[in-house]
Amino acid sequence: MSSVNMVALKTIWIKECTRFLRIWVQTLVPPAITMSLYFVIFGSLVGKRIGEMGGFTYMEFIVPGLIMMSIITNSYANVSSSFFSAKFQKNVEELLVAPVPTWVIIFGFVGGGVARALLIGIIVTFVSMFFVDVQIHNFAVIAITLLLTSILFSTAGLINAVYAKNFDDISVIPTFVLTPLTYLGGVFYSLTLLPEFWQIVSKANPIVYMVNGFRYGFLGVSDVNYFVSLGLLIVFNVILYIVAWRLLNKGVGIRT
Amino acid sequence: MKAIDIRGLEKKYSAGVKALKGIDLSVEEGDFFALLGPNGAGKSTTIGIICSLVNKTAGDINVFEYDASKQEVEAKSCIGLVPQEFNFNQFETLLQIVINQAGYYGVPRDIAKQRAEKYLKQLELWDKRNTRSRDLSGGMKRRLMIARALMHEPRILILDEPTAGVDIEVRRSMWAFLKQINAQGITIILTTHYLEEAEMLCRNIAIIDKGSIVENTSMKALLSTLNIETFVFDVEGDIQNTQIPEFDSRVIDSHTLEVDVPKASGLNPVFEYFSAANIKVMSMRNKANRLEELFVRLVESSNNENKTEETV
Repeated sequence: MSSVNMVALKTIWIKECTRFLRIWVQTLVPPAITMSLYFVIFGSLVGKRIGEMGGFTYMEFIVPGLIMMSIITNSYANVSSSFFSAKFQKNVEELLVAPVPTWVIIFGFVGGGVARALLIGIIVTFVSMFFVDVQIHNFAVIAITLLLTSILFSTAGLINAVYAKNFDDISVIPTFVLTPLTYLGGVFYSLTLLPEFWQIVSKANPIVYMVNGFRYGFLGVSDVNYFVSLGLLIVFNVILYIVAWRLLNKGVGIRT
Repeated sequence: MKAIDIRGLEKKYSAGVKALKGIDLSVEEGDFFALLGPNGAGKSTTIGIICSLVNKTAGDINVFEYDASKQEVEAKSCIGLVPQEFNFNQFETLLQIVINQAGYYGVPRDIAKQRAEKYLKQLELWDKRNTRSRDLSGGMKRRLMIARALMHEPRILILDEPTAGVDIEVRRSMWAFLKQINAQGITIILTTHYLEEAEMLCRNIAIIDKGSIVENTSMKALLSTLNIETFVFDVEGDIQNTQIPEFDSRVIDSHTLEVDVPKASGLNPVFEYFSAANIKVMSMRNKANRLEELFVRLVESSNNENKTEETV
């Protein structure tokens, strides 16, 4: 990588991190509050009546899924809103007139999404420690899953922003696609509780693999094979990167 | 050496509108060049294509020795753009905006900070360096866009209506600054609706209308083609039935007379007439800027040609 591209990449990344840190009340505080409510309601109040799940208390069982839910939501929201704002205010032109390669733009914006996701992951994990003793079965699995998932959803957020024509367009996918898939992705339950048919249907939901991969890293239990989760994450990342690269290189949504 | 060399540039938008119809245009290194034209003529599209903001349909662009399509990085590095619309992040400070822009061109942060100080001071924005861009006045925003465009020290500066909406004082200080950086060797391409600005600053000119270049020459050569100038005289005395021999004149009101003066005649016969008729001239002025008169005529003649083409 040339030093010129390295400087450009660092610049975009710092700009992205500065952006979400500048508006920390909107970006960092809400996940901490939402997660605290989930822990109180589903973990402490409802969870006590549910009993064990997968050999763990219900609170222990849902912690990895809730952290993953925050990571997915925040990495997606960070890049979709930041890139769309750059389009909306036209400051994306600052990048287009400069000799910044397409891959540097993608890495810079996705890097910002990953940074926010990591920070949120740390905050939410810290919050969960007030409610439960967080176990770590395999730190490498946690780190790899977190990294690949945040890259995946940051890239997805970028693609959404490329196509978006107004602010509604960047909230449609999170509201009507991401939220249902996340809630049905095994955050709050083990797939083994479902009838066989719905277990098969659930396995078509990619978020199941991310939540379970993450849960495996924390608890050592999973409804799916971890290597399948890892493989799918890599495949999805490659596909979305290629899509994002082609869209930006062609100038879809940013050049006339 | 040619700073910009455009050959057969075409742009057809998806709606079917043909914004550029195969234009050829050259700008020499070190030039102060005006690209003029009415609204929707294709100026911003041309600039957009040169700066990679608009995809071309056909044609070639060379920026110095670089082919803008094949040597995009080198070509882009030569150009600084001051766009027509404010396009910076409203929530960022001036320092963040200019330092980030330098970063996109690969300028290391420590050098970018030094340049930020240099250009923000030159453009009288240093005191506002930690202010968010949204809190600046219109004139300050215009100057910020110039500072931003200079951060990677380009060889060509393209300004798309840089003085639109700024007061005369700021406009004059911007003119002085642009003259100064042009004297230092930066090629400047300017589009403007203030034709006085183009006449005063630019050495060469192209006029574009309906996607075609209708004139491309030196400012001096273009102005020399102006055969008749219209002058407005503010006078005292009876001018109700005034008709100056051999001149076309019009009485506007009891104190104002408009006279078309052929270049060959000069103004002496007009003053001789006023003296003889005991009319006192209080003041006089050009009805329009000289370039403005030519511009209107060229665009009108281009419109007439197009009408003829349509009927044929």
